[in-house]
Amino acid sequence: KLCAGEEKRVGTRTVFVGHRPVSETDAYVEQKFCDNRIVSSKYTVWNFLPKNLFEQFRRIANFYFLIIFLVQVIVDTPTSPVTSGLPLFFVIIVTAIKQGYEDWLRHRADKEVNKSSVFIVENAKQVKKHSEKIKVGDIVEVKADETFPCDLIFLASSNDDGICYVTTASLDGESNFKTHYAVRDTTGLQTDDDIDSLTATIECEQPQPDLYKFVGRINIYRSNQEPVARSLGPENLLLKGSTLKNTKKIYGVAVYTGMETKMALNYQGKSQKRSAVEKSINAFLVVYLCILVSKATVCTTLKYIWQSNPFNDEPWYNQKTIKERDTFKILRMFTDFLSFMVLFNFIIPVSMYVTVEMQKFLGSFFIAWDKEMYDEEIKEGALVNTSDLNEELGQVEYVFTDKTGTLTENSMKFIECCIDGHKYKDGISEVDGFSHTDGPLRYYGKAEKCREELFLRALCLCHTVQIKGGDNVDGLRVNQECWTYISSSPDEIALVKGAKKYGFTFLGHEADYMKVQNQKNEIEKYQLLHVLNFDPVRRRMSVIVKTSTGIFLLFCKGADSSIFPRVQQDEIQQTKVHVERNAMDGYRTLCVAFKELTQEDYKKINDQLSEAKMALQDREEKMARIFDDIEADMHLIGATAVEDRLQEHAAETIEALQTAGMKVWVLTGDKMETAKSTCYASRLFQTNTELLELTTKTMGDSDRKEERLHELLLEYHKKLLQDFPKNSGKLKRSWTVSQEYGLIIDGSTLSLILNPSQDSSSSNYKSIFLQICLKCTSVLCCRMAPLQKAQIVRMVKNTKGNPITLSIGDGANDVSMILEAHVGIGIKGKEGRQAARNSDYAVPKFKHLRKLLLAHGHLYYVRIAHLVQYFFYKNLCFILPQFLYQFFCGFSQQPLYDAAYLTMYNICFTSLPILAYSLLEQHINIETLTSDPRLYMKISDNAMLQWKPFLYWTFLGSFEGLVFFFGVYFLFQNSSLEHNGKVFGNWTFGTIVFTVLVFTVTLKLALDTRFWTWMNHFVIWGSLAFYVFFSFFWGGIIWPFLKQQRMYFVFAHMVTSVSTWLAIVLLIFISLSPEILLVVFKNKVQRRKKLSNRKASDSLSSRRSVRPLLLRTFSDESNV
Amino acid sequence: MAVNYNAKEEADGHPSGVGASGGAGKSRKPDNTAFKQQRLPAWQPILTAGTVLPAFFIIGLIFIPIGIGIFVTSNNIREYEIDYTGTDSSSPCNKCLNVSWNSTPPCTCTINFTLNQPFETNVFMYYGLSNFYQNHRRYVKSRDDSQLNGDNSSLLHPSKECEPYSTSENKPIAPCGAIANSMFNDTLELFRIDNETRIPITLNKKGIAWWTDKNVKFRNPSGNTNNLTALFQGTTKPVNWPKPVYMLDSEADNNGFINEDFIVWMRTAALPTFRKLYRLIERKNNLQPTLQAGKYSLDITYNYPVHSFDGRKRMILSTISWMGGKNPFLGIAYITVGSICFFLGVVLLVIHHKYGNRNTSADIPN
Repeated sequence: KLCAGEEKRVGTRTVFVGHRPVSETDAYVEQKFCDNRIVSSKYTVWNFLPKNLFEQFRRIANFYFLIIFLVQVIVDTPTSPVTSGLPLFFVIIVTAIKQGYEDWLRHRADKEVNKSSVFIVENAKQVKKHSEKIKVGDIVEVKADETFPCDLIFLASSNDDGICYVTTASLDGESNFKTHYAVRDTTGLQTDDDIDSLTATIECEQPQPDLYKFVGRINIYRSNQEPVARSLGPENLLLKGSTLKNTKKIYGVAVYTGMETKMALNYQGKSQKRSAVEKSINAFLVVYLCILVSKATVCTTLKYIWQSNPFNDEPWYNQKTIKERDTFKILRMFTDFLSFMVLFNFIIPVSMYVTVEMQKFLGSFFIAWDKEMYDEEIKEGALVNTSDLNEELGQVEYVFTDKTGTLTENSMKFIECCIDGHKYKDGISEVDGFSHTDGPLRYYGKAEKCREELFLRALCLCHTVQIKGGDNVDGLRVNQECWTYISSSPDEIALVKGAKKYGFTFLGHEADYMKVQNQKNEIEKYQLLHVLNFDPVRRRMSVIVKTSTGIFLLFCKGADSSIFPRVQQDEIQQTKVHVERNAMDGYRTLCVAFKELTQEDYKKINDQLSEAKMALQDREEKMARIFDDIEADMHLIGATAVEDRLQEHAAETIEALQTAGMKVWVLTGDKMETAKSTCYASRLFQTNTELLELTTKTMGDSDRKEERLHELLLEYHKKLLQDFPKNSGKLKRSWTVSQEYGLIIDGSTLSLILNPSQDSSSSNYKSIFLQICLKCTSVLCCRMAPLQKAQIVRMVKNTKGNPITLSIGDGANDVSMILEAHVGIGIKGKEGRQAARNSDYAVPKFKHLRKLLLAHGHLYYVRIAHLVQYFFYKNLCFILPQFLYQFFCGFSQQPLYDAAYLTMYNICFTSLPILAYSLLEQHINIETLTSDPRLYMKISDNAMLQWKPFLYWTFLGSFEGLVFFFGVYFLFQNSSLEHNGKVFGNWTFGTIVFTVLVFTVTLKLALDTRFWTWMNHFVIWGSLAFYVFFSFFWGGIIWPFLKQQRMYFVFAHMVTSVSTWLAIVLLIFISLSPEILLVVFKNKVQRRKKLSNRKASDSLSSRRSVRPLLLRTFSDESNV
Repeated sequence: MAVNYNAKEEADGHPSGVGASGGAGKSRKPDNTAFKQQRLPAWQPILTAGTVLPAFFIIGLIFIPIGIGIFVTSNNIREYEIDYTGTDSSSPCNKCLNVSWNSTPPCTCTINFTLNQPFETNVFMYYGLSNFYQNHRRYVKSRDDSQLNGDNSSLLHPSKECEPYSTSENKPIAPCGAIANSMFNDTLELFRIDNETRIPITLNKKGIAWWTDKNVKFRNPSGNTNNLTALFQGTTKPVNWPKPVYMLDSEADNNGFINEDFIVWMRTAALPTFRKLYRLIERKNNLQPTLQAGKYSLDITYNYPVHSFDGRKRMILSTISWMGGKNPFLGIAYITVGSICFFLGVVLLVIHHKYGNRNTSADIPN
């Protein structure tokens, strides 16, 4: 924001370490980088007012009310500017205070960060400075358990090997230790003097927000020598916000400071998601705006018709001022129009926005507070990142879920492996009684010993697992019990642990060497030369190691689809059988391959890789390309099978979601077979589901792929079309469809459909595909790249009717779809926290989705829908009498109610009950909502905010408005209503209408409340009592600041009149009785429906209980 | 089991740092309070036919007698109304129809009428105006309440709202504004004609305004003297008034701003057809009705022109009950609503019982 302009991000920057010029000849030019001040605050003391006001008035509603207010100030209008100004400024001030407070907190946090002291090495001395004073190029010393003050290039640590450990818990929530390496040439500079002698420049890319990417190069200058260039990667970069662990101290040079640090660049908020309810509100607003304008137009027109009669226009008793007489008629008409607008502007409620926002904000706490969504294992409950979407949770039509870590637990267990086609399996129960060295193995035939060992060594070497010691990392402990393996992927840990079971134990890193304890308890050392990490596109990882005997070995481990094409074809067959069978059982399989490299080969590769590592741009791609070249003609050794158990209640949750009318799609990067069996296990596919497959398998040969695909598409389309018209009479989201279809598609086929080679008729097939998808009850997309997941979500999101989509996932690969969907849900899983950080809501487990959607979502939707409708309703019956009154006061814009009432109606008298209602209402018990998913369908398609209910509420409001006005009108045919014959005036008239109004509107809410907690009682009766109290108070004093004492004792006189009491009671009763009758009838109909439903559900549940049995038989069969 | 991947351990061992990113590191179990778990004890009423319809039935039963009571009370109120506008050429006041404000001598007319029934209790005399928009916005706001409250600075500097009735002849008007300016100034006098002799009936002009208005809201300007003429010095009378405000009445406690006729007029009416209390006729003794049946005559000093805006003027004599003046609306409304409720209650109760029986029978098998 401050310095990191977009255009500056291209290109590179050069940093002079310690601000020392590289040579005497080059003059050192002080470079301009931004300082290390973190400014997360939005405002300063000076710009707070204008900036905050500007931002608030950018909102259309606030702007509207500002305009109304200005009109009131400028034009002579019936109500004083206070009436609309007070609520508006109340809203504005409350918002400003809230934002100001939040900003103050940010200022304080900033100050804390900026003023924290750091040590900078200057001229071989340590200088204590404020963190904000750090400049790019400064050498900074950081001690253990301190956080890094800016992004540093790691130069040296107190460890000789130039390693330090870091946790990034506050950056991405991953609490494991990450190892960072210093460049080899600087590791020795362990004192202030040493480090001061370093002359070097660092070239690196301009700041960019990706936490896991960094490319740079350090040029180290030694006296009279050519500079040495070393590549820098993310492993050399210490990010601001992460904490140094297990290392006494480190030296680093600042490369990115202040607002250019990766943390600051990541700080920017996500794009706002708007909910469907808000769209409805806007539609209703337009309707009410039309009503408002037409009311004003009607009144203005009638006014001039009425005034065409001169004795109406200006009777002798009521003459115009000279100014009024002189203004042009057109201008006068325009002013009159504006005046009417102002008079009726309350029909669009200012306070609705505030109330809606408060409701959302406060309401979201209930999600975070929910004990049932708390997970004992990770000691965390649900997390709400945005409160804007609470009600959207009640509207979900499509659920896109990730498989690994979402449906499954992502806690991996090594099940079996196969080496050269021989199956190795152990049962944990059989562990006892076997000696440790031999391993508790059960062999199904045995592979050669050397192959076996090779396989196990591969498992021990080809990974990125680290060891976290009990207290210190360095030094081998005999006591292995206090070790923990740490890795970003649980698969790897399972594999390393699996290898341990077979006798090969990974003991950790020591400098460049990896130590492995073999079956004979000997320690083997391998020099780790190159690692290319696992990434979802390549779907494999490789390491190159050098054995102690000097042999270069390449180990590669990855998905079968990426390994098989790269190994000798004759070796595949025997392993493939195992892999496929394991996949059928729902295990995750990985294939392991190796290759021996000759000295020359290695040299060549090493050069290429070093060169690639030097590259500043696209380094990873370049490295991947080189590895691609090496990873050919490898030898397949074997495969592993790791079990990923289904999360508890995952199947029940999916079933509930489907019963609730949602369509569940599984988007996974996993293999089709694995994913399919998970789908069966999680009851996404039933045994009677007919599966339509669109995969590489069914596509067949590569040449005719596309034609075949089109054929298949048409065939499936026809099939579905034939089947569905029969059911068209039923509900769209009915849960009983005679034949259920499931679709399976994989990534490559999907890209064929979405990005066809020839663009002829491609869009046609795309739409056919979409139609197929929408007609299937469940869809499984496997082999998906992260971006494809988002593509699918976008495709469904943009179909006709714009269904509400929800994405749930746990890993970094789900982030794109989480951001794309209407509602993004993160699982606080084991694959880091990126998903949870980018989500709108985060829950610990998949099963919590059930309560989140069925109970919370449903309730929030009902609450907010009722809130919105009620707000429009109460303002309609508030303003309608005022409109009708114009017909009896010569269209003179005379307000019916006193200004205080106009102002207070929405902010005091009627605001709290609806707020309490919208926070506490449970029209159906939470338990019932969770246990009966079909209730969710009742509110589907934004049911409570469609035009029909809107018209109903509008009708109700109009009816009540008419009753209020004409009831009092007829009462006032004789205005002497007191027992002493004294008469009432116009303000009493308005007060009676207003009293009836406040009581009716509040009691109407009371009628709608199905869940009366003490708070509801308090606010409902409290509001009414406050109204009465306020009226007495307001009329009891001659207010010195008021020009007119209109209300003086009006209310008190009103309540002494028996007739008024009788009229008020009668009018309230008349207003409410149609509603009461309607509710009674609705309940009756509902109850009868429920009865018939109960019968249906009885038969359903009996059917449902059969299902697990069926499933069991299926999985038993598949095991054979 | 030594090497177990266990996120929990790590989270415990190294509590996540307090980063500016926030969000992370909350590992507190939610409180198990009824409020936070949305499990507050609650009353969950459901409006069912079984509870509501009897209620309707009962409400009907209550409303009907109330309605009848009101209706009877209202019917027992005696009311007599005379339109003395004089639009009809046969009317005695026809000659005064086009009277202007300052006609001297004032136009007077007399209307004779007969009361067929005696008025037993206190009688209230009202004047009524029609098509007079006292609730017109320009009119309603054309007053200065602080002037009327005796504020001396407002007395000499009337509010802008009073325009164009705030100054006349460069002097501030007291009381200013359109309302005050157009004060009703017909004089009505009532005579009983007993054997051709006119016996004047005492009309009480005090006690017609709200007590709070007379004693708090309206005050004469304060000063050292009790002489109203002096207190109102520097002000001028409203344009249409024949006399200044301090000459409205001879009695000191009914003069100036606290003149009750004036106060009554200043309470603007809600609708263009309205009545205002003019005089009280108190019952003298318990033996005789306040107004016996018989002939009466009404003497009118016709000052107030209404013909120009098509208005009407009425004089109303009325007795008052506990519910105020005659008002058939309330009684009829109560009776109607009560009957409908009663009817609905009965009909629906019958229907409900039929359905209800069916429902309970359906419940048993489940």
